[in-house]
Amino acid sequence: MNILIFVLLNLLKVAVVTVIFLMAVAYTVLLERKLVGRIQNRWGPSRVGPFGLLQPLADGLKLFLKEDLMPTAVFRPLFILAPIIALSCALISIGVIPFGENIRWHGVDMFQIADLNIGLLVILGVTSIGVYGIALSGWSSNNKYSLLGSLRSSAQMVSYELALGLSVVGIVLRTGSLRLRDIVNLQNTHGILSWNVFGGFQFVAFFIYLCAAFAETNRTPFDLPEAESELTAGYHTEYSSMKFAMFFMAEYANMITVGCVATVLFLGGWSSPFGNLFPAFGGPLVQALLPVFWFVLKVFSFLFLYVWVRGTLPRFRYDQLMGFGWKYLLPIAIVNVMATSLVLAFHG
Amino acid sequence: MNVAIFILFGLLCLGGAMNLLLQRHPINSALSLIVVMSSLAVLYLLLGAEFLALAQIIVYSGAIMVLFVFVIMLLNAGEEERTHGSRAAYLAGIPGVLALFTVLASTFLTLRISFGGTRLGSFLVTTGDLSRVLFRNLLLPFEVTSVLILVAILGAVVLARKEH
Repeated sequence: MNILIFVLLNLLKVAVVTVIFLMAVAYTVLLERKLVGRIQNRWGPSRVGPFGLLQPLADGLKLFLKEDLMPTAVFRPLFILAPIIALSCALISIGVIPFGENIRWHGVDMFQIADLNIGLLVILGVTSIGVYGIALSGWSSNNKYSLLGSLRSSAQMVSYELALGLSVVGIVLRTGSLRLRDIVNLQNTHGILSWNVFGGFQFVAFFIYLCAAFAETNRTPFDLPEAESELTAGYHTEYSSMKFAMFFMAEYANMITVGCVATVLFLGGWSSPFGNLFPAFGGPLVQALLPVFWFVLKVFSFLFLYVWVRGTLPRFRYDQLMGFGWKYLLPIAIVNVMATSLVLAFHG
Repeated sequence: MNVAIFILFGLLCLGGAMNLLLQRHPINSALSLIVVMSSLAVLYLLLGAEFLALAQIIVYSGAIMVLFVFVIMLLNAGEEERTHGSRAAYLAGIPGVLALFTVLASTFLTLRISFGGTRLGSFLVTTGDLSRVLFRNLLLPFEVTSVLILVAILGAVVLARKEH
């Protein structure tokens, strides 16, 4: 009986997290369209529902009902497999991210799907597999724009993954663990002062992580894989209907995941920015949900930053992108790792 | 449970390796190699080597195979033509492989007691344990290997540089 409750609760947890995650993906698209609209002095979507709130539903319905075109010269198995790889890799990473205190109910951790010893490495591993979705989609489309887009994308993701991996080494050194809960617990004591980005003196690493994350998710100013003025639409030129929607969802899901990881690693995860300044209020339910509120708020501000950057910065040129990644970000990341380990060796 | 996972991913690994040889298109072969690498990672995980498993995924399935696929896409390599195979392969290759397999298998089976065995899923090597062994007991081999890799990188750069 206990086993049954355990399994059912776990399934329920996975279902709830997945549904919330997919809803968040849909509404991130709306957030982006609204905010970019305001930045460009127009309204953005405002016709479907109050304030355009039902727009994601209409978009989803439209994409679902579109004809699924299959161009004649494509390499069919990989053409179908590519969006599946992209979307599934984008959805898996959320499984290791903790978004609340370790509160157990019938032995089930309520605010994290899987608590792994090597959670951070799992996220890096899934990201590195996700490259194949884009690489294969461009190649199998048999279209020069798609191929160029996917070549750019794989080169860019492989280059920036190094900087991304090195930027989190400082955090791992400070914590001495790859478990995401341990990383958050270390930043949990004195509010904003003990977050890795401020108290841990990892602001250089945070900047590198930000740049690398923008490049990894193919977002402006590094959105060369889909630079519309030179490549039509890049790697997903030949895709239509739900297959296109899967790429689209994967991009936004990756944005959210990267935001969650940044929150967990640098911004103290679910911990309150005020620490224990204020006495605990409300019942146990409020105390359990308040950390989730802080977590969501931090991820939201990260997504806001994403959209803000897209509305403000122009696109890099390709050689600038590669030069920036290899000549600046990577050496700075290495220096940061060395500085952090020296400080820890003498004071830690 | 552990045995079931072992058999499943062992078969997947072997199937991927066979498919790698039998496929005629290079990109299919490269993708089969990714399957082989990833199922090996699962086997490492079953033996409790969690860091090694994820390093296998990140380095081999991720970075190195992306470069393989990248080169195949860039060269736009076509399908290979079927040949009948060389006589040397039939005469020396297959018996040689069989002999090597027999020698290795018998060596492992006879030395099994002195090596000591492990049960699937019975112990866990944490990242901390691994790094303690790597950076204390095996520090010199580790550093020598890193210098070797550095030399290899420099060699690749020298070979790739155009003459002026």
